[in-house]
Amino acid sequence: MRTKIEIRGLKKSFASDKGPLPVVQDVSFTVSDGEFVAVVGPSGCGKSTLMSMMAGFVQPDEGAVVIDGVPRSKPDSKGILISQQGSVFPWLTVRENLMFGLNGHKSDNRMEIADHYADIVGLKGFEESFPHELSGGMLKRTEIARALVVKPEILYMDEPFSALDALMNMRMRKELLRILAKERFTSLLITHDVEEAIHLADRIVVLSPRPTRIKAIFDVPFAHPRKVSCRAAQELRVTILRELGVDREDAE
Amino acid sequence: MDRINESLPALGLIATLIAAWWLAVFLTHTLVFPAPWDVVRGTWELVMNGTLWDHIGASLMRVGIGFGLALCFALPLGLWMGWVDGAYRTLNPLFQILRPISPIAWIPIAILWFGIGNTSPIYLIFISSVFPMIVQTTAGVHAIEKRFLRAAQNFGVSRRTLFKQVVIPAVLPQVLVGMRIGLGVAWLVVVAAEMIALRSGLGYMIMDSRNAGNRYDLVISGMIIIGLIGLSLDATMRLLEGIRWVRWRYAH
Repeated sequence: MRTKIEIRGLKKSFASDKGPLPVVQDVSFTVSDGEFVAVVGPSGCGKSTLMSMMAGFVQPDEGAVVIDGVPRSKPDSKGILISQQGSVFPWLTVRENLMFGLNGHKSDNRMEIADHYADIVGLKGFEESFPHELSGGMLKRTEIARALVVKPEILYMDEPFSALDALMNMRMRKELLRILAKERFTSLLITHDVEEAIHLADRIVVLSPRPTRIKAIFDVPFAHPRKVSCRAAQELRVTILRELGVDREDAE
Repeated sequence: MDRINESLPALGLIATLIAAWWLAVFLTHTLVFPAPWDVVRGTWELVMNGTLWDHIGASLMRVGIGFGLALCFALPLGLWMGWVDGAYRTLNPLFQILRPISPIAWIPIAILWFGIGNTSPIYLIFISSVFPMIVQTTAGVHAIEKRFLRAAQNFGVSRRTLFKQVVIPAVLPQVLVGMRIGLGVAWLVVVAAEMIALRSGLGYMIMDSRNAGNRYDLVISGMIIIGLIGLSLDATMRLLEGIRWVRWRYAH
């Protein structure tokens, strides 16, 4: 498959009282077109910084993010970032939020497009609601729909579901897989939840503690719909957890 | 019914104070200080000969113009200072020096510049209400959460859309707080300004009542009316918190 994203030797340090603090140390990998890659790592390892660089919000000290053969210098609507806290505008209705990304468009059917995607993520009937009237799961749906509206080629997800409760987290994963089956794009997911990564991703990149670098990359060879509880998936989970420095007993 | 119950203690306190006032006047046989009933009679006198409405109208007009001008000035300036760091660094120190100067201290200069017509009090109201509104607007821009700006950047919207759909709605609740403070100060100041040199307004009415025959019943009547109008001005501003554009901020 064609290479969509090429991460080339990314390095990033932050200034601190004791001089520069290296956060990301030489991370390189590639993502094929349409592939779903999950990046897992211990908390505080620099995952989010890595994601910010990949999405173009933070410039690396060294290295480059190359998309379709072109180095990326700033964020654009070809790759939308969905973060843990979410960024659905609280002062706009669901419909207005969905129409936000279409502002440059000349088309007069912006509302139709917005409502179409509201329907896809299961928000039909809530187009006029304000975010404070929605549940956490519905907010996530709104955020996903707002991204889908601009037909992105890449979806960057930084712990998108970790603020949700376990049940809603599971639901949103299934929802995301359902949407992915309909609308194809390349996905990058940052998570600390190994099970979530196994449930969703084609490949899993395991990061080391800070300053982070790649420890291992695993293929996830299971066909969808996946059963995370099956033996092979559980074995993969234990292997990844061991890479992350969590012993088998801790994991059980 | 609940609201009546909630305001019962406050009403009780006011009634007690009026009773104490009446008792004190009765027991001391004072000839100068009016009893509550005298104040009511004096107020009625002013209502009947129409001067009360003229004074109230004059004061409100001055506040309206001075406050309106301050708002037109503070809003764009506050947005600019919030958005452009250079503007903030240049103007903020100056405003922080000007802000604590009591509007009363400006009175001699206002009279020197503008004479004793309507312009002086309007200028004083402008000076007193413009700074709180600039400060609140600027603070509002600074307080916009980065995740919302990032999202706007991600969707690559125009500057116009960024301001119209993100910055201004995000700042509006803070602007409203600034307007409440500004209007409160403006009302304080108009009365003080009218006491100095004018032929109309509630402040003039108070001074004139004292100077022209020690009519302390009218002095107290003026004070109470100032308090009640101030209360209703603030209540009107609070009503604005319910409008669609800022409701998101208070709905939780």
